[in-house]
Amino acid sequence: MKFRVNGTAYKLDPLPGEMLADLLRSRLGLTGTKIGCNEAECGACTVLVDGLPVLSCSYPAARVEGKDVLTIEGLAAVPGIDARIEDLHPLQQAFVLHGAVQCGFCIPGQIMTAGALLQTNPDPSEAEIRHALKDTLCRCAGYPTILRSIQAAAYALRTGEPVPPPSVAVSGDAGAHATIGHLQPRPDAVAKVTGAAKFTDDLHFEGMLHACVKRAGVPHAFLRKLDVEKARALPGVAAVLTAAGLPGERNHGIVIPDWPVMVGVGERVRYVGDAVAIVAAEQREIALQALELIVAEYDLQPVVAGPVQARQADAPSLHAGGNLLKHIKVRKGDVAEGFAQADVVLEHTFYTAITDHAFLEPECSIARPVQDERGAGHQRMEVYVGSQIPYADRNQVARALGWSEERVRIIGQLMGGGFGGKEDIAGQIHAALLAQATGRPVKLLFDRHESLLVHPKRHSTQIRVKVGARKDGMLTAVETELYGDTGAYASLGEKVLTRATTHSSGPYEAPHARADCYAMYTNNPPAGAFRGFGVTQSAFAVESMMDMLAEKLGLDPVALRRMNALRVGSVTNTGQVLEESVGLLECIQRVEAEMYRRAGDQPFRAQVVPGQPHKRRAWGFAVAYKNTGLGGGAPDKAGAEVELYSDGSLEVRTSSAELGQGLVTILQMTVAEEFQVAPERVRVLVMDTDLTPDGGPTTASRQTYVTGNAARHAAQALRQAIASSLAEKYDCPPEQVRFIEGLAQVGDQRLPLGEVVELLKAEGRQPRALYEYWAPTTKPLGEGGKMHFAYGFAAQAAQVEVNTLTGEVRVLCLIAANDVGRALNPLGLQGQVEGGAMMGLGNALTEQFVVENGQVITDRLARYRIPSIELTPEIVSIVVEHPTSEGPYGAKGVGELVSIPTTPAITNAIYHAVGMRVDRLPVNQELLLSTL
Amino acid sequence: MTNWNCYYLAPSIEDALQALAKAKGPARLVAGGTDLLLELQQGRQAVVDTLVDVTQIPELNTLEVRAGRLFIGAAVPLHRLVDVSLVRQHAQALVEACGQVGGPQVRNVATLGGNVAHALPAADGSIALHALDAQAELAGINGRRRLPLTDLYLGPGRSILAESGELLVGFWLPLGQPGQASAFRRVMRPQGVALPVLNLAAWVQRDGDRLAGVRIAVGPAGPKPLRALQTEQTLLGQPLDEPTLAKANESLLGEARFRTSPQRATAEYRRHLAGVLLRQVLALAWERAGNEIPR
Ligand SMILES: Cc1cc2nc3c(=O)[nH]c(=O)nc-3n(C[C@H](O)[C@H](O)[C@H](O)COP(=O)(O)OP(=O)(O)OC[C@H]3O[C@@H](n4cnc5c(N)ncnc54)[C@H](O)[C@@H]3O)c2cc1C
Ligand code: FES
Ligand code: FES
Repeated sequence: MKFRVNGTAYKLDPLPGEMLADLLRSRLGLTGTKIGCNEAECGACTVLVDGLPVLSCSYPAARVEGKDVLTIEGLAAVPGIDARIEDLHPLQQAFVLHGAVQCGFCIPGQIMTAGALLQTNPDPSEAEIRHALKDTLCRCAGYPTILRSIQAAAYALRTGEPVPPPSVAVSGDAGAHATIGHLQPRPDAVAKVTGAAKFTDDLHFEGMLHACVKRAGVPHAFLRKLDVEKARALPGVAAVLTAAGLPGERNHGIVIPDWPVMVGVGERVRYVGDAVAIVAAEQREIALQALELIVAEYDLQPVVAGPVQARQADAPSLHAGGNLLKHIKVRKGDVAEGFAQADVVLEHTFYTAITDHAFLEPECSIARPVQDERGAGHQRMEVYVGSQIPYADRNQVARALGWSEERVRIIGQLMGGGFGGKEDIAGQIHAALLAQATGRPVKLLFDRHESLLVHPKRHSTQIRVKVGARKDGMLTAVETELYGDTGAYASLGEKVLTRATTHSSGPYEAPHARADCYAMYTNNPPAGAFRGFGVTQSAFAVESMMDMLAEKLGLDPVALRRMNALRVGSVTNTGQVLEESVGLLECIQRVEAEMYRRAGDQPFRAQVVPGQPHKRRAWGFAVAYKNTGLGGGAPDKAGAEVELYSDGSLEVRTSSAELGQGLVTILQMTVAEEFQVAPERVRVLVMDTDLTPDGGPTTASRQTYVTGNAARHAAQALRQAIASSLAEKYDCPPEQVRFIEGLAQVGDQRLPLGEVVELLKAEGRQPRALYEYWAPTTKPLGEGGKMHFAYGFAAQAAQVEVNTLTGEVRVLCLIAANDVGRALNPLGLQGQVEGGAMMGLGNALTEQFVVENGQVITDRLARYRIPSIELTPEIVSIVVEHPTSEGPYGAKGVGELVSIPTTPAITNAIYHAVGMRVDRLPVNQELLLSTL
Repeated sequence: MTNWNCYYLAPSIEDALQALAKAKGPARLVAGGTDLLLELQQGRQAVVDTLVDVTQIPELNTLEVRAGRLFIGAAVPLHRLVDVSLVRQHAQALVEACGQVGGPQVRNVATLGGNVAHALPAADGSIALHALDAQAELAGINGRRRLPLTDLYLGPGRSILAESGELLVGFWLPLGQPGQASAFRRVMRPQGVALPVLNLAAWVQRDGDRLAGVRIAVGPAGPKPLRALQTEQTLLGQPLDEPTLAKANESLLGEARFRTSPQRATAEYRRHLAGVLLRQVLALAWERAGNEIPR
């Protein structure tokens, strides 16, 4: 078969069953084409065949006979990792400059699809772009920015002018800084738009085996019999391992080690994704075939299908300690007294669904045994993986191998999204066990189906809210009772549901508050961290309730919130006095103003759409808060190291994870700011447990604050060391040493930074500084005082349109204000805001991970729907900056906050449009219609 | 474990039929593969020895007016149907239906032949073809034949093609005349699979303020795409006013067998939507037919 790829002619025959994506990725090494689903749903694998975009994951390779294929690698004039931005195609340039690249996994598909559109339509309208990109999904969901990037590129292509820059405002504090607060594209953006960026599955090692996992497929059972002999005998199989003969610890778990590495004969299966055997073979197909030869027999047990059932006395007990993972309590004042003072008491129960992160890059781990360089004679294990907590992976892998931690090195890779779903162990341990057994590198790649079945989800919850208020609207008491489904294993369940509980009375000051949460084990897939960390669920409940209360009292919903809103001096329901950085009132006021500007004076009254009497529109409002950092008494620290090189460049190192959220840009900007060099002079190395100090988990919106501070302090420490050296040499006080434009300045002497390196080395000092930053201490829940060192605050308004003939709901506009302390990189913030809002929209309208009696129904991306560009409303971002004194330059976390108020803003708008109170997520259009 | 052994790009109908007959193991025809290849990949379809690709066969890629009818080759990709003005002129409902299938990547390879042969009761293209009174042309070892579209279907996912070993050559549609027009609409759910909760296509011929001709197809409304013949009878010769529509609505509910599909829609919801779509689509087609030149 003859064909051309990116202009190069090839003569290669197709293999049996081979798809074009396999040919490109495996045989031609063109790994810029990504596989997000392998089921024609996501568009990540889009390439052009004779100019037309097709999905290469389901396009038989045999079909390219005589055709011309264009992949992302063929788009730029100068391809590859060294490409400069000027060498790129205008689409690539625009995606970089406008900040459309976040995790980057979908980007090759976005650019190829958009490129095809621009070839036939050089000046597409917004609607035409949406239509063309309809099935090219981005989970980081910077859809509005993607749209603007395409328009900017189209302009450049049409006119021959440069790509117009983005119109994102700088931080209010940008004037005080050279870099911080200004717009900065990601350091990895160019590699991501050219396809040069490598994700774990793009790596290949000599002699590498491919692993697959035999999953139980039953939700609750005892493994009666397991026979792997036939699988072992299959030619091409290198190893089949079971729970019998595990070299190290039998369980893993990020907080509680309750999750079996593999379930052994006689042991309990607790969910469909439990592993019973693992296989490594020369090829993936052989490993898959071997799975089918494994015979596993089970004694089925009654299924615990939900948290309420799990708490009943007659429910089967899933773990040694029973089904209750934790009873979490919040107590403030005396709610009985509070309700007695109330003029109105309302009570309602809300339900939220399990949802999946659906990060576009499915989990992949490669374990590779290597000889210890220090010649100690024993092996070490390298694990290449996109993980949110590299040091926790190291610990868990080492324990499972029965090795000391130092013998394991986690080498973190670019991550195609995480959102909390890459905190737990996925394939790391299994790959390492197989590599240990075979002495060869082993790749374990989940396909989308396996990813959906196995990794921890967002907790589904049942939340009863009872509020009491005086006639004037002042809250007197809030009482909540939550049931959270933590599934088969603990994961981060206790922490997530603690956050759900402490935030369950909303960002309001109620004199009396009480919350009880039952975190329950069930036979559903485990639930763990997911952007919002429990607060997404409780905010939906309490923000719906606040609207119900406003209606009952005949008050304006915004006024009711303003009246009760947390402010400086308020006492939270956990007894914390808020001392600073509480921008909630400003968020409320600015969203309200923008909403009225657009809506006229009755935003909450339903409007009939002119000419379409069956369509009604209205606005809805909601607020939220979210802690920054671990809090609750957990030590919260991060290490970072900054080094100066003799070419004058700098490197900042920390194990903290980059999942697309933009931490690497923040670290780069921070060091650049401290040394007054251009950001491009600063390299960022993250996620390598041999080379980077522990930055702690990438969770709880903590990295900008905690690791950002570590990097800032490390940079300052290095600067001071340099200053004192120079001060000695030039005999002046260290304060007179300044850093300007890549130079160190002492009096009228100017030294290139590179020369300083030689100077330090000559003095026997290393040109680097390591800093371990400890965030302010916090108090455990129940002890009162400072439970969290900072909170972010947000308000949103949503405008919806409901079709009263079909029940269909569309979101037309979202106005989002976020108090982020300081916008360190407004470009990255824009992406977080848009993506977060879209995730909240998905949570309201599209996402529902369906499990029936422990069996997963939504086991394909085609059944689990995440928002596409077609559902994307106009998103107006308002940045509110109430700096927090200890945050780096005043910043606090934003990653989760941005997505929390979206869901209730939408459901409140639906109520105003058609009078249906949504108390179960996601919105069911059929149910909605039936209530009209 | 590979999903197929041999992938054969058939240059002609005869070669395709030969290859099907002579394959060493199970063999299937494939066009865009947007249904079949996914079923293979996901194990919902047993692995095959040979896939016979029909997309290179010139006749199956033809789209033209021939012998007073519009001929649409079975392997014409959907994007061409949507882009070509000939189709818009004579078969607006088909343009609307095919324009909603997947994204451009899917429409660049998916075909009308595959949409029909896959035989789902609510495939968008098939529903539009039913309302447009399409005939299917089949080719087999023993020659060619033409059938009304409805005769192809046996049940959900089952057509006579599997049994007879024939392939679909293409579809013959009557040319649009002044006073005639068609339309298509569907209602989706934002959650779960991208199959319509309900879709409906209609073709009308206007004579002044009366319906001189009408055809309606709806799905899923039974095991096969439904031509709503009784509903058509209620409408025929009537003005398109609310009393007529109410009667037609009643007829439709009488002849359609709407079912509840778990996680998607109840029968009740579908019954309600049938009335909504019937009114909406008829009104649209009626309005279009009022314009002298059919669009
Ligand atoms: C992301 C996505 C979204 C989709 N959205 C929709 C949608 O909104 N509405 C909708 O209706 N469909 C949708 N589909 C389904 C699909 O695209 C259509 O059914 C398509 O038209 C099938 O055509 P194909 O050429 O790809 O068929 P194939 O998969 O190649 O074939 C389907 C079946 O038809 C047979 N066949 C194909 N050609 C012939 C022939 N000439 N003669 C005889 N038998 C033949 C094959 O053997 C097979 O059994 C979607 C699919 C995807 C992947
Ligand atoms: S990988 Fe091909 S569409 Fe998702
Ligand atoms: S940037 Fe699109 S999925 Fe992450």
